[in-house]
Amino acid sequence: MIPTIPRSRSFRLIYGTYVLLFFLYLVLPLAVVATFAFNNSQFPSLPWEGFTWNWFFGEERPQIGVFHERGILRAVGTSAFVALCVATLSVCVGTTNAFLFNRYEFRGKGLLYVLMLLPLVIPGIVLGISVLVFSSTLANGLWDLAQIDLQFLRPGLLLVILGQFSFITTIATLVISARLQKFDRTLEEAALNLGATQLVAVRTVTLPFLAPALIGAIVVAFLMSFENFNTTLMLVGSDAPLTIAMFDRLKEGSTPLLNAVSLLLMLGSSLLALGLILFQRGR
Amino acid sequence: MRAQARIGFILLLMPLILWLGLLIIIPHIDMFLISIRERISFGVYETSLTHYQKALTEPLYLRTFWRTAVMSVLATVITLLIAFPVAYYIAKMARGRLQQVLFLLCLIPFYVSELVRTFGWMILLRETGIISHLLQWAGLADQPVEMLYNDAAMMVGLVYTSMLFMVVPLVTTLESLDDSVVEAGYDLGGTGLSVLREIIIPHAMPGIVSGCIVVFMLSLGNYLTPTMLGGKDSLWFTEMIYNQFIVRSNWELGAAFGFMLLVLSSVIVWGMLRLTGRTLQETLG
Repeated sequence: MIPTIPRSRSFRLIYGTYVLLFFLYLVLPLAVVATFAFNNSQFPSLPWEGFTWNWFFGEERPQIGVFHERGILRAVGTSAFVALCVATLSVCVGTTNAFLFNRYEFRGKGLLYVLMLLPLVIPGIVLGISVLVFSSTLANGLWDLAQIDLQFLRPGLLLVILGQFSFITTIATLVISARLQKFDRTLEEAALNLGATQLVAVRTVTLPFLAPALIGAIVVAFLMSFENFNTTLMLVGSDAPLTIAMFDRLKEGSTPLLNAVSLLLMLGSSLLALGLILFQRGR
Repeated sequence: MRAQARIGFILLLMPLILWLGLLIIIPHIDMFLISIRERISFGVYETSLTHYQKALTEPLYLRTFWRTAVMSVLATVITLLIAFPVAYYIAKMARGRLQQVLFLLCLIPFYVSELVRTFGWMILLRETGIISHLLQWAGLADQPVEMLYNDAAMMVGLVYTSMLFMVVPLVTTLESLDDSVVEAGYDLGGTGLSVLREIIIPHAMPGIVSGCIVVFMLSLGNYLTPTMLGGKDSLWFTEMIYNQFIVRSNWELGAAFGFMLLVLSSVIVWGMLRLTGRTLQETLG
Protein backbone atom coordinates (compact mmCIF):
# COMPACT_ATOMS: atom_id res chain seq x y z
CA MET A 1 0.00 0.00 0.00
CA ILE A 2 0.91 3.61 0.33
CA PRO A 3 4.11 3.77 2.46
CA THR A 4 2.43 5.54 5.37
CA ILE A 5 -0.10 2.78 5.82
CA PRO A 6 1.30 -0.18 7.74
CA ARG A 7 0.79 -3.61 6.23
CA SER A 8 1.63 -6.98 7.62
CA ARG A 9 4.71 -8.64 6.17
CA SER A 10 2.78 -11.65 4.85
CA PHE A 11 0.37 -9.39 2.98
CA ARG A 12 3.23 -7.62 1.28
CA LEU A 13 4.86 -10.91 0.43
CA ILE A 14 1.71 -12.35 -1.14
CA TYR A 15 1.06 -9.13 -3.06
CA GLY A 16 4.62 -9.01 -4.34
CA THR A 17 4.45 -12.63 -5.45
CA TYR A 18 1.20 -11.98 -7.29
CA VAL A 19 2.70 -9.09 -9.23
CA LEU A 20 5.75 -11.19 -10.02
CA LEU A 21 3.58 -14.03 -11.31
CA PHE A 22 1.68 -11.56 -13.44
CA PHE A 23 4.83 -10.38 -15.17
CA LEU A 24 5.94 -13.97 -15.68
CA TYR A 25 2.61 -14.59 -17.40
CA LEU A 26 3.24 -11.57 -19.63
CA VAL A 27 6.76 -12.57 -20.61
CA LEU A 28 6.43 -16.36 -20.81
CA PRO A 29 4.86 -16.82 -24.27
CA LEU A 30 7.22 -14.29 -25.84
CA ALA A 31 10.28 -15.82 -24.20
CA VAL A 32 9.27 -19.27 -25.42
CA VAL A 33 8.77 -18.07 -28.98
CA ALA A 34 12.18 -16.38 -28.92
CA THR A 35 14.01 -19.37 -27.44
CA PHE A 36 12.78 -21.95 -29.91
CA ALA A 37 13.97 -19.86 -32.84
CA PHE A 38 17.37 -21.41 -32.02
CA ASN A 39 16.26 -25.03 -31.72
CA ASN A 40 18.09 -27.33 -34.11
CA SER A 41 14.97 -29.35 -34.93
CA GLN A 42 12.06 -29.28 -37.34
CA PHE A 43 9.58 -28.43 -34.60
CA PRO A 44 9.39 -25.46 -32.23
CA SER A 45 8.95 -27.72 -29.20
CA LEU A 46 10.88 -29.88 -26.79
CA PRO A 47 13.15 -31.83 -26.83
CA TRP A 48 15.90 -29.27 -27.23
CA GLU A 49 18.17 -30.49 -30.01
CA GLY A 50 20.91 -27.94 -29.61
CA PHE A 51 21.60 -24.36 -30.59
CA THR A 52 21.60 -23.23 -34.21
CA TRP A 53 21.51 -20.05 -36.29
CA ASN A 54 20.10 -21.99 -39.23
CA TRP A 55 16.56 -20.64 -38.87
CA PHE A 56 17.97 -17.21 -39.57
CA PHE A 57 20.81 -17.82 -42.03
CA GLY A 58 20.38 -21.41 -43.20
CA GLU A 59 20.64 -21.78 -46.96
CA GLU A 60 19.50 -25.29 -47.72
CA ARG A 61 16.61 -27.59 -46.96
CA PRO A 62 15.27 -28.60 -44.57
CA GLN A 63 16.47 -25.62 -42.57
CA ILE A 64 16.03 -22.55 -44.76
CA GLY A 65 16.51 -19.41 -42.70
CA VAL A 66 14.42 -16.25 -42.75
CA PHE A 67 16.93 -14.35 -44.84
CA HIS A 68 16.78 -16.91 -47.63
CA GLU A 69 13.06 -17.62 -47.60
CA ARG A 70 11.54 -15.76 -50.55
CA GLY A 71 7.91 -16.00 -49.46
CA ILE A 72 8.53 -14.47 -46.05
CA LEU A 73 10.78 -11.72 -47.41
CA ARG A 74 8.18 -10.76 -49.98
CA ALA A 75 5.49 -10.67 -47.28
CA VAL A 76 7.67 -8.40 -45.13
CA GLY A 77 8.06 -6.07 -48.11
CA THR A 78 4.28 -6.06 -48.71
CA SER A 79 3.59 -5.32 -45.04
CA ALA A 80 6.13 -2.49 -44.96
CA PHE A 81 4.65 -0.95 -48.09
CA VAL A 82 1.11 -1.15 -46.70
CA ALA A 83 2.21 0.20 -43.32
CA LEU A 84 4.02 3.17 -44.91
CA CYS A 85 0.98 4.08 -46.99
CA VAL A 86 -1.38 3.73 -44.02
CA ALA A 87 0.89 5.72 -41.69
CA THR A 88 1.29 8.57 -44.19
CA LEU A 89 -2.39 8.78 -45.07
CA SER A 90 -3.70 8.49 -41.53
CA VAL A 91 -1.28 11.06 -40.11
CA CYS A 92 -2.21 13.55 -42.86
CA VAL A 93 -5.93 13.13 -42.25
CA GLY A 94 -5.35 12.96 -38.49
CA THR A 95 -3.61 16.35 -38.60
CA THR A 96 -6.39 18.05 -40.56
CA ASN A 97 -8.96 16.49 -38.20
CA ALA A 98 -7.08 17.72 -35.14
CA PHE A 99 -6.95 21.29 -36.52
CA LEU A 100 -10.62 21.13 -37.45
CA PHE A 101 -11.79 20.07 -33.99
CA ASN A 102 -9.34 22.35 -32.20
CA ARG A 103 -9.79 25.57 -34.16
CA TYR A 104 -13.38 25.73 -35.37
CA GLU A 105 -16.78 25.92 -33.73
CA PHE A 106 -19.56 24.76 -36.00
CA ARG A 107 -22.94 23.12 -35.92
CA GLY A 108 -22.78 19.35 -35.69
CA LYS A 109 -19.28 19.37 -34.21
CA GLY A 110 -20.25 17.09 -31.32
CA LEU A 111 -21.87 14.60 -33.66
CA LEU A 112 -18.87 14.61 -36.01
CA TYR A 113 -16.56 14.03 -33.06
CA VAL A 114 -18.53 10.97 -31.97
CA LEU A 115 -18.56 9.71 -35.58
CA MET A 116 -14.78 10.21 -35.66
CA LEU A 117 -14.44 7.97 -32.57
CA LEU A 118 -16.75 5.25 -33.91
CA PRO A 119 -14.16 3.23 -35.86
CA LEU A 120 -12.59 2.32 -32.51
CA VAL A 121 -15.73 0.54 -31.33
CA ILE A 122 -16.47 -1.30 -34.58
CA PRO A 123 -14.98 -4.81 -34.61
CA GLY A 124 -12.10 -5.02 -37.12
CA ILE A 125 -13.69 -7.84 -39.03
CA VAL A 126 -16.92 -5.85 -39.53
CA LEU A 127 -14.89 -2.86 -40.80
CA GLY A 128 -13.22 -5.26 -43.21
CA ILE A 129 -16.40 -6.74 -44.62
CA SER A 130 -18.13 -3.37 -44.93
CA VAL A 131 -15.27 -2.01 -47.03
CA LEU A 132 -15.24 -5.25 -49.04
CA VAL A 133 -19.00 -5.08 -49.68
CA PHE A 134 -18.97 -1.41 -50.65
CA SER A 135 -16.02 -1.65 -53.00
CA SER A 136 -17.51 -4.60 -54.81
CA THR A 137 -20.85 -2.82 -55.05
CA LEU A 138 -18.95 0.03 -56.73
CA ALA A 139 -17.06 -2.32 -59.00
CA ASN A 140 -20.20 -4.21 -60.02
CA GLY A 141 -22.11 -1.00 -60.58
CA LEU A 142 -19.39 0.35 -62.85
CA TRP A 143 -19.33 -2.88 -64.80
CA ASP A 144 -23.09 -2.88 -65.30
CA LEU A 145 -23.07 0.78 -66.28
CA ALA A 146 -20.09 1.09 -68.55
CA GLN A 147 -18.43 -2.33 -68.77
CA ILE A 148 -15.37 -0.98 -66.96
CA ASP A 149 -13.62 -3.50 -64.79
CA LEU A 150 -11.62 -1.79 -62.06
CA GLN A 151 -9.30 -4.43 -60.62
CA PHE A 152 -8.20 -2.23 -57.71
CA LEU A 153 -11.71 -2.36 -56.24
CA ARG A 154 -11.39 -6.13 -55.83
CA PRO A 155 -9.67 -7.62 -52.74
CA GLY A 156 -6.03 -6.60 -52.80
CA LEU A 157 -3.52 -4.15 -51.43
CA LEU A 158 -5.55 -1.00 -52.05
CA LEU A 159 -8.47 -2.36 -50.05
CA VAL A 160 -6.14 -3.53 -47.28
CA ILE A 161 -4.67 -0.02 -47.08
CA LEU A 162 -8.10 1.63 -47.04
CA GLY A 163 -9.47 -0.81 -44.47
CA GLN A 164 -6.60 -0.23 -42.06
CA PHE A 165 -6.60 3.50 -42.73
CA SER A 166 -10.29 3.66 -41.76
CA PHE A 167 -9.63 2.99 -38.06
CA ILE A 168 -5.96 3.96 -37.62
CA THR A 169 -6.92 7.53 -38.61
CA THR A 170 -8.97 7.79 -35.41
CA ILE A 171 -5.93 6.91 -33.32
CA ALA A 172 -3.72 9.36 -35.22
CA THR A 173 -6.35 12.08 -34.70
CA LEU A 174 -6.46 11.44 -30.94
CA VAL A 175 -2.65 11.47 -30.58
CA ILE A 176 -2.25 14.71 -32.56
CA SER A 177 -5.27 16.42 -30.91
CA ALA A 178 -3.87 15.77 -27.46
CA ARG A 179 -0.71 17.73 -28.32
CA LEU A 180 -2.49 20.47 -30.24
CA GLN A 181 -4.67 21.22 -27.21
CA LYS A 182 -1.55 22.12 -25.23
CA PHE A 183 -0.43 24.61 -27.85
CA ASP A 184 -0.38 28.26 -26.80
CA ARG A 185 -2.36 30.12 -29.46
CA THR A 186 -0.68 33.43 -28.61
CA LEU A 187 2.55 32.11 -30.19
CA GLU A 188 0.77 31.84 -33.51
CA GLU A 189 -0.76 35.28 -33.01
CA ALA A 190 2.71 36.67 -32.40
CA ALA A 191 3.82 35.29 -35.73
CA LEU A 192 0.80 36.90 -37.39
CA ASN A 193 1.61 40.24 -35.74
CA LEU A 194 5.14 40.00 -37.06
CA GLY A 195 3.72 39.85 -40.55
CA ALA A 196 3.46 36.15 -41.29
CA THR A 197 0.48 34.84 -43.22
CA GLN A 198 -1.74 32.24 -41.57
CA LEU A 199 -0.13 29.40 -43.53
CA VAL A 200 3.41 30.53 -42.79
CA ALA A 201 2.56 30.87 -39.10
CA VAL A 202 1.21 27.33 -38.94
CA ARG A 203 4.19 25.96 -40.84
CA THR A 204 6.89 27.71 -38.84
CA VAL A 205 5.34 27.78 -35.36
CA THR A 206 2.56 25.23 -34.91
CA LEU A 207 3.86 22.30 -36.92
CA PRO A 208 7.30 22.24 -35.24
CA PHE A 209 5.48 22.23 -31.91
CA LEU A 210 3.41 19.28 -33.11
CA ALA A 211 6.40 17.34 -34.44
CA PRO A 212 6.77 14.92 -31.50
CA ALA A 213 3.08 13.99 -31.75
CA LEU A 214 3.32 13.64 -35.54
CA ILE A 215 6.30 11.32 -35.28
CA GLY A 216 4.61 9.39 -32.48
CA ALA A 217 1.48 9.01 -34.58
CA ILE A 218 3.50 7.80 -37.58
CA VAL A 219 5.27 5.13 -35.50
CA VAL A 220 2.09 3.95 -33.79
CA ALA A 221 0.18 3.87 -37.10
CA PHE A 222 3.03 1.96 -38.77
CA LEU A 223 3.13 -0.64 -35.99
CA MET A 224 -0.65 -1.04 -35.86
CA SER A 225 -0.82 -1.50 -39.59
CA PHE A 226 2.11 -3.93 -39.65
CA GLU A 227 0.47 -6.07 -36.99
CA ASN A 228 -3.11 -5.80 -38.10
CA PHE A 229 -4.81 -9.09 -38.71
CA ASN A 230 -8.61 -8.93 -38.55
CA THR A 231 -9.32 -6.21 -41.09
CA THR A 232 -6.56 -7.41 -43.41
CA LEU A 233 -7.89 -10.97 -43.38
CA MET A 234 -11.15 -9.91 -45.02
CA LEU A 235 -9.57 -7.69 -47.68
CA VAL A 236 -6.44 -9.54 -48.70
CA GLY A 237 -5.93 -10.55 -52.32
CA SER A 238 -3.02 -12.50 -53.77
CA ASP A 239 -0.22 -10.45 -52.12
CA ALA A 240 -0.35 -11.49 -48.48
CA PRO A 241 1.13 -9.17 -45.85
CA LEU A 242 3.31 -10.81 -43.22
CA THR A 243 0.65 -11.56 -40.59
CA ILE A 244 -1.53 -13.34 -43.14
CA ALA A 245 1.41 -15.25 -44.61
CA MET A 246 2.43 -16.40 -41.13
CA PHE A 247 -1.13 -17.36 -40.29
CA ASP A 248 -1.34 -19.57 -43.38
CA ARG A 249 1.89 -21.33 -42.44
CA LEU A 250 0.87 -21.71 -38.84
CA LYS A 251 -2.30 -23.50 -39.92
CA GLU A 252 -0.24 -26.04 -41.85
CA GLY A 253 2.04 -26.72 -38.91
CA SER A 254 4.99 -24.69 -37.79
CA THR A 255 8.77 -24.91 -38.01
CA PRO A 256 11.19 -22.79 -35.97
CA LEU A 257 11.30 -20.55 -39.05
CA LEU A 258 8.16 -18.90 -37.71
CA ASN A 259 9.87 -18.41 -34.36
CA ALA A 260 12.76 -16.72 -36.08
CA VAL A 261 10.41 -14.37 -37.97
CA SER A 262 8.57 -13.65 -34.72
CA LEU A 263 11.79 -12.87 -32.88
CA LEU A 264 12.86 -10.44 -35.58
CA LEU A 265 9.42 -8.84 -35.44
CA MET A 266 9.67 -8.44 -31.68
CA LEU A 267 13.14 -6.90 -31.97
CA GLY A 268 12.04 -4.57 -34.74
CA SER A 269 8.96 -3.27 -32.99
CA SER A 270 10.67 -2.93 -29.60
CA LEU A 271 13.47 -0.94 -31.21
CA LEU A 272 10.95 1.34 -32.88
CA ALA A 273 8.99 1.75 -29.65
CA LEU A 274 12.13 2.32 -27.57
CA GLY A 275 13.40 4.87 -30.07
CA LEU A 276 10.10 6.68 -29.85
CA ILE A 277 10.14 6.74 -26.04
CA LEU A 278 13.73 8.04 -25.94
CA PHE A 279 12.95 10.62 -28.59
CA GLN A 280 9.94 11.92 -26.68
CA ARG A 281 11.81 11.98 -23.41
CA GLY A 282 14.58 14.00 -25.07
CA ARG A 283 12.08 16.70 -25.91
CA MET B 1 -10.27 37.45 -43.74
CA ARG B 2 -13.62 35.84 -42.98
CA ALA B 3 -13.79 34.36 -46.43
CA GLN B 4 -10.30 32.98 -45.95
CA ALA B 5 -11.29 31.38 -42.65
CA ARG B 6 -14.25 29.83 -44.40
CA ILE B 7 -12.07 28.33 -47.11
CA GLY B 8 -9.74 26.96 -44.43
CA PHE B 9 -12.68 25.40 -42.63
CA ILE B 10 -13.96 23.70 -45.76
CA LEU B 11 -10.49 22.44 -46.66
CA LEU B 12 -10.11 20.90 -43.21
CA LEU B 13 -13.60 19.46 -43.24
CA MET B 14 -13.18 17.68 -46.59
CA PRO B 15 -10.77 14.90 -45.53
CA LEU B 16 -12.90 14.12 -42.48
CA ILE B 17 -16.11 13.91 -44.51
CA LEU B 18 -14.48 11.82 -47.24
CA TRP B 19 -12.95 9.43 -44.71
CA LEU B 20 -16.05 8.95 -42.58
CA GLY B 21 -18.43 8.98 -45.51
CA LEU B 22 -16.65 6.70 -47.95
CA LEU B 23 -15.00 4.30 -45.52
CA ILE B 24 -17.30 4.14 -42.50
CA ILE B 25 -20.85 5.35 -43.05
CA ILE B 26 -21.68 4.40 -46.63
CA PRO B 27 -19.99 0.96 -46.43
CA HIS B 28 -22.00 0.13 -43.31
CA ILE B 29 -25.25 1.26 -44.95
CA ASP B 30 -24.33 -0.83 -47.97
CA MET B 31 -23.62 -3.80 -45.74
CA PHE B 32 -27.05 -3.39 -44.17
CA LEU B 33 -28.72 -3.18 -47.59
CA ILE B 34 -26.99 -6.38 -48.70
CA SER B 35 -28.08 -8.13 -45.54
CA ILE B 36 -31.77 -7.42 -46.20
CA ARG B 37 -31.88 -8.58 -49.80
CA GLU B 38 -32.70 -12.03 -50.98
CA ARG B 39 -31.48 -13.51 -54.20
CA ILE B 40 -34.43 -14.69 -56.27
CA SER B 41 -32.59 -15.67 -59.42
CA PHE B 42 -29.51 -14.51 -61.34
CA GLY B 43 -29.21 -10.75 -60.82
CA VAL B 44 -32.72 -10.44 -59.36
CA TYR B 45 -33.03 -9.45 -55.71
CA GLU B 46 -35.88 -8.78 -53.36
CA THR B 47 -35.96 -7.03 -50.00
CA SER B 48 -36.60 -9.44 -47.17
CA LEU B 49 -35.53 -10.23 -43.66
CA THR B 50 -34.96 -13.88 -44.45
CA HIS B 51 -31.27 -13.84 -43.49
CA TYR B 52 -31.97 -12.38 -40.08
CA GLN B 53 -34.75 -14.91 -39.67
CA LYS B 54 -32.33 -17.66 -40.52
CA ALA B 55 -29.71 -16.29 -38.15
CA LEU B 56 -32.20 -16.07 -35.31
CA THR B 57 -33.81 -19.47 -35.76
CA GLU B 58 -30.87 -21.72 -36.66
CA PRO B 59 -29.72 -23.12 -33.27
CA LEU B 60 -26.02 -23.19 -34.23
CA TYR B 61 -25.96 -19.52 -35.26
CA LEU B 62 -27.92 -18.36 -32.26
CA ARG B 63 -25.87 -20.42 -29.83
CA THR B 64 -22.59 -19.11 -31.25
CA PHE B 65 -23.90 -15.55 -31.06
CA TRP B 66 -24.76 -15.75 -27.36
CA ARG B 67 -21.72 -17.82 -26.51
CA THR B 68 -19.46 -15.18 -28.07
CA ALA B 69 -21.24 -12.45 -26.11
CA VAL B 70 -21.11 -14.27 -22.77
CA MET B 71 -17.50 -15.40 -23.19
CA SER B 72 -16.44 -11.85 -24.11
CA VAL B 73 -18.08 -10.49 -20.98
CA LEU B 74 -16.38 -13.21 -18.96
CA ALA B 75 -13.00 -12.41 -20.52
CA THR B 76 -13.53 -8.74 -19.67
CA VAL B 77 -14.36 -9.50 -16.03
CA ILE B 78 -11.37 -11.83 -15.62
CA THR B 79 -9.06 -9.27 -17.22
CA LEU B 80 -10.33 -6.59 -14.83
CA LEU B 81 -9.90 -8.80 -11.76
CA ILE B 82 -6.35 -9.77 -12.72
CA ALA B 83 -5.31 -6.29 -13.84
CA PHE B 84 -6.66 -4.23 -10.95
CA PRO B 85 -4.21 -5.33 -8.23
CA VAL B 86 -1.32 -5.05 -10.69
CA ALA B 87 -2.38 -1.55 -11.74
CA TYR B 88 -2.70 -0.55 -8.09
CA TYR B 89 0.76 -1.90 -7.40
CA ILE B 90 2.27 0.05 -10.27
CA ALA B 91 0.41 3.27 -9.49
CA LYS B 92 0.62 3.34 -5.71
CA MET B 93 3.19 0.91 -4.33
CA ALA B 94 6.08 0.87 -6.78
CA ARG B 95 8.29 3.94 -6.64
CA GLY B 96 10.58 5.78 -9.05
CA ARG B 97 12.53 3.60 -11.47
CA LEU B 98 10.67 0.41 -10.61
CA GLN B 99 7.37 2.08 -11.42
CA GLN B 100 8.55 3.16 -14.86
CA VAL B 101 10.08 -0.21 -15.66
CA LEU B 102 6.95 -2.13 -14.62
CA PHE B 103 4.76 0.18 -16.67
CA LEU B 104 6.94 -0.30 -19.75
CA LEU B 105 6.92 -4.08 -19.21
CA CYS B 106 3.13 -3.99 -19.41
CA LEU B 107 3.37 -2.36 -22.82
CA ILE B 108 5.61 -5.03 -24.34
CA PRO B 109 2.95 -7.46 -25.53
CA PHE B 110 1.25 -4.60 -27.35
CA TYR B 111 4.28 -4.10 -29.55
CA VAL B 112 4.28 -7.75 -30.53
CA SER B 113 1.86 -8.98 -33.15
CA GLU B 114 -1.17 -10.85 -31.87
CA LEU B 115 -0.12 -13.73 -34.07
CA VAL B 116 3.18 -14.08 -32.23
CA ARG B 117 1.45 -14.02 -28.84
CA THR B 118 -0.99 -16.73 -29.92
CA PHE B 119 1.87 -18.75 -31.35
CA GLY B 120 3.63 -18.52 -27.97
CA TRP B 121 0.62 -19.95 -26.19
CA MET B 122 0.40 -22.77 -28.73
CA ILE B 123 4.01 -23.75 -28.05
CA LEU B 124 3.33 -23.69 -24.32
CA LEU B 125 0.04 -25.54 -24.21
CA ARG B 126 0.06 -28.14 -26.94
CA GLU B 127 0.50 -31.85 -26.44
CA THR B 128 4.20 -31.71 -27.22
CA GLY B 129 4.48 -28.34 -25.52
CA ILE B 130 6.48 -26.99 -22.62
CA ILE B 131 3.85 -27.32 -19.90
CA SER B 132 3.02 -30.88 -20.88
CA HIS B 133 6.74 -31.74 -20.68
CA LEU B 134 7.08 -29.98 -17.34
CA LEU B 135 4.17 -31.92 -15.88
CA GLN B 136 5.64 -35.23 -17.03
CA TRP B 137 9.05 -34.29 -15.74
CA ALA B 138 7.59 -33.40 -12.33
CA GLY B 139 5.73 -36.69 -12.25
CA LEU B 140 2.31 -35.08 -12.25
CA ALA B 141 1.34 -36.75 -15.52
CA ASP B 142 2.48 -40.01 -17.05
CA GLN B 143 1.66 -39.16 -20.66
CA PRO B 144 1.54 -36.02 -22.82
CA VAL B 145 -1.28 -33.70 -21.82
CA GLU B 146 -3.20 -31.76 -24.45
CA MET B 147 -4.15 -28.37 -23.07
CA LEU B 148 -4.86 -26.66 -26.35
CA TYR B 149 -8.18 -26.52 -28.21
CA ASN B 150 -10.57 -25.88 -25.36
CA ASP B 151 -12.36 -22.94 -23.79
CA ALA B 152 -9.84 -22.50 -20.99
CA ALA B 153 -6.93 -22.17 -23.43
CA MET B 154 -8.94 -19.71 -25.46
CA MET B 155 -9.73 -17.67 -22.35
CA VAL B 156 -6.06 -17.55 -21.36
CA GLY B 157 -5.26 -16.21 -24.82
CA LEU B 158 -8.09 -13.65 -24.83
CA VAL B 159 -7.15 -12.29 -21.41
CA TYR B 160 -3.48 -12.15 -22.38
CA THR B 161 -4.17 -10.29 -25.62
CA SER B 162 -6.25 -7.56 -24.02
CA MET B 163 -4.45 -7.18 -20.68
CA LEU B 164 -2.60 -4.02 -21.69
CA PHE B 165 -5.79 -2.17 -22.59
CA MET B 166 -7.03 -2.70 -19.06
CA VAL B 167 -3.80 -2.01 -17.17
CA VAL B 168 -2.95 1.31 -18.84
CA PRO B 169 -6.23 3.18 -18.17
CA LEU B 170 -6.33 1.77 -14.64
CA VAL B 171 -2.79 2.93 -13.85
CA THR B 172 -3.56 6.36 -15.29
CA THR B 173 -6.65 6.90 -13.14
CA LEU B 174 -5.16 5.36 -10.00
CA GLU B 175 -2.10 7.57 -10.25
CA SER B 176 -4.33 10.62 -10.02
CA LEU B 177 -5.72 9.41 -6.68
CA ASP B 178 -4.16 11.45 -3.88
CA ASP B 179 -2.44 9.28 -1.24
CA SER B 180 -3.83 11.46 1.54
CA VAL B 181 -7.40 10.58 0.58
CA VAL B 182 -6.64 6.90 1.15
CA GLU B 183 -4.88 7.74 4.42
CA ALA B 184 -7.89 9.77 5.52
CA GLY B 185 -10.07 6.75 4.87
CA TYR B 186 -7.95 4.67 7.23
CA ASP B 187 -7.74 7.46 9.81
CA LEU B 188 -11.50 7.60 9.90
CA GLY B 189 -11.57 3.95 10.88
CA GLY B 190 -12.05 2.31 7.47
CA THR B 191 -10.81 -1.20 6.89
CA GLY B 192 -8.87 -2.24 3.80
CA LEU B 193 -12.06 -3.49 2.21
CA SER B 194 -14.19 -0.46 2.92
CA VAL B 195 -11.47 1.92 1.72
CA LEU B 196 -11.25 -0.09 -1.49
CA ARG B 197 -15.00 0.01 -1.97
CA GLU B 198 -15.69 3.58 -0.90
CA ILE B 199 -12.62 5.41 -2.13
CA ILE B 200 -10.39 3.54 -4.53
CA ILE B 201 -12.93 1.90 -6.83
CA PRO B 202 -15.17 5.01 -7.22
CA HIS B 203 -12.08 7.02 -8.10
CA ALA B 204 -10.90 4.42 -10.61
CA MET B 205 -14.32 4.14 -12.28
CA PRO B 206 -13.45 6.12 -15.44
CA GLY B 207 -10.45 3.84 -16.00
CA ILE B 208 -12.49 0.75 -15.29
CA VAL B 209 -15.17 1.76 -17.80
CA SER B 210 -12.80 2.62 -20.62
CA GLY B 211 -10.69 -0.47 -19.98
CA CYS B 212 -13.75 -2.72 -19.96
CA ILE B 213 -15.15 -1.24 -23.17
CA VAL B 214 -11.93 -1.69 -25.09
CA VAL B 215 -11.28 -5.20 -23.76
CA PHE B 216 -14.83 -6.27 -24.51
CA MET B 217 -14.59 -4.94 -28.06
CA LEU B 218 -11.28 -6.67 -28.65
CA SER B 219 -12.57 -10.01 -27.34
CA LEU B 220 -15.80 -9.84 -29.30
CA GLY B 221 -14.02 -9.02 -32.53
CA ASN B 222 -11.15 -11.44 -32.03
CA TYR B 223 -10.66 -14.02 -34.75
CA LEU B 224 -7.17 -15.36 -34.26
CA THR B 225 -7.32 -16.53 -30.65
CA PRO B 226 -10.56 -18.54 -30.86
CA THR B 227 -9.45 -20.08 -34.16
CA MET B 228 -5.99 -21.10 -33.03
CA LEU B 229 -6.48 -21.87 -29.33
CA GLY B 230 -10.16 -22.79 -29.16
CA GLY B 231 -11.50 -26.23 -29.93
CA LYS B 232 -14.12 -27.51 -32.32
CA ASP B 233 -16.86 -26.46 -29.91
CA SER B 234 -15.50 -23.00 -29.26
CA LEU B 235 -16.78 -21.50 -32.48
CA TRP B 236 -16.63 -17.69 -32.37
CA PHE B 237 -19.04 -15.38 -34.14
CA THR B 238 -16.27 -13.76 -36.19
CA GLU B 239 -15.37 -17.21 -37.53
CA MET B 240 -18.93 -17.59 -38.82
CA ILE B 241 -18.71 -14.22 -40.56
CA TYR B 242 -15.44 -15.26 -42.17
CA ASN B 243 -16.89 -18.61 -43.22
CA GLN B 244 -19.94 -17.07 -44.86
CA PHE B 245 -17.91 -14.44 -46.69
CA ILE B 246 -14.78 -16.23 -47.77
CA VAL B 247 -15.52 -19.95 -47.66
CA ARG B 248 -19.19 -20.10 -48.71
CA SER B 249 -19.43 -16.76 -50.57
CA ASN B 250 -22.84 -16.21 -49.00
CA TRP B 251 -22.41 -12.46 -48.59
CA GLU B 252 -26.02 -11.78 -47.69
CA LEU B 253 -25.98 -14.04 -44.62
CA GLY B 254 -22.44 -12.91 -43.75
CA ALA B 255 -23.51 -9.27 -43.88
CA ALA B 256 -26.46 -10.08 -41.62
CA PHE B 257 -24.05 -11.71 -39.14
CA GLY B 258 -21.74 -8.70 -39.35
CA PHE B 259 -24.62 -6.37 -38.62
CA MET B 260 -25.71 -8.47 -35.67
CA LEU B 261 -22.18 -8.30 -34.23
CA LEU B 262 -22.17 -4.54 -34.72
CA VAL B 263 -25.52 -4.16 -32.96
CA LEU B 264 -24.43 -6.40 -30.09
CA SER B 265 -21.23 -4.45 -29.51
CA SER B 266 -23.00 -1.08 -29.77
CA VAL B 267 -25.71 -2.14 -27.33
CA ILE B 268 -23.23 -3.36 -24.74
CA VAL B 269 -20.95 -0.34 -25.07
CA TRP B 270 -23.96 1.99 -24.88
CA GLY B 271 -25.31 0.11 -21.87
CA MET B 272 -21.99 0.36 -20.04
CA LEU B 273 -21.77 4.09 -20.72
CA ARG B 274 -25.38 4.55 -19.65
CA LEU B 275 -24.88 2.57 -16.46
CA THR B 276 -21.94 4.71 -15.41
CA GLY B 277 -23.27 8.00 -16.77
CA ARG B 278 -20.31 8.67 -19.04
CA THR B 279 -20.03 9.65 -22.69
CA LEU B 280 -18.03 8.13 -25.50
CA GLN B 281 -15.94 11.29 -25.80
CA GLU B 282 -14.81 11.14 -22.17
CA THR B 283 -14.11 7.43 -22.34
CA LEU B 284 -12.09 7.21 -25.54
CA GLY B 285 -10.99 10.75 -26.32
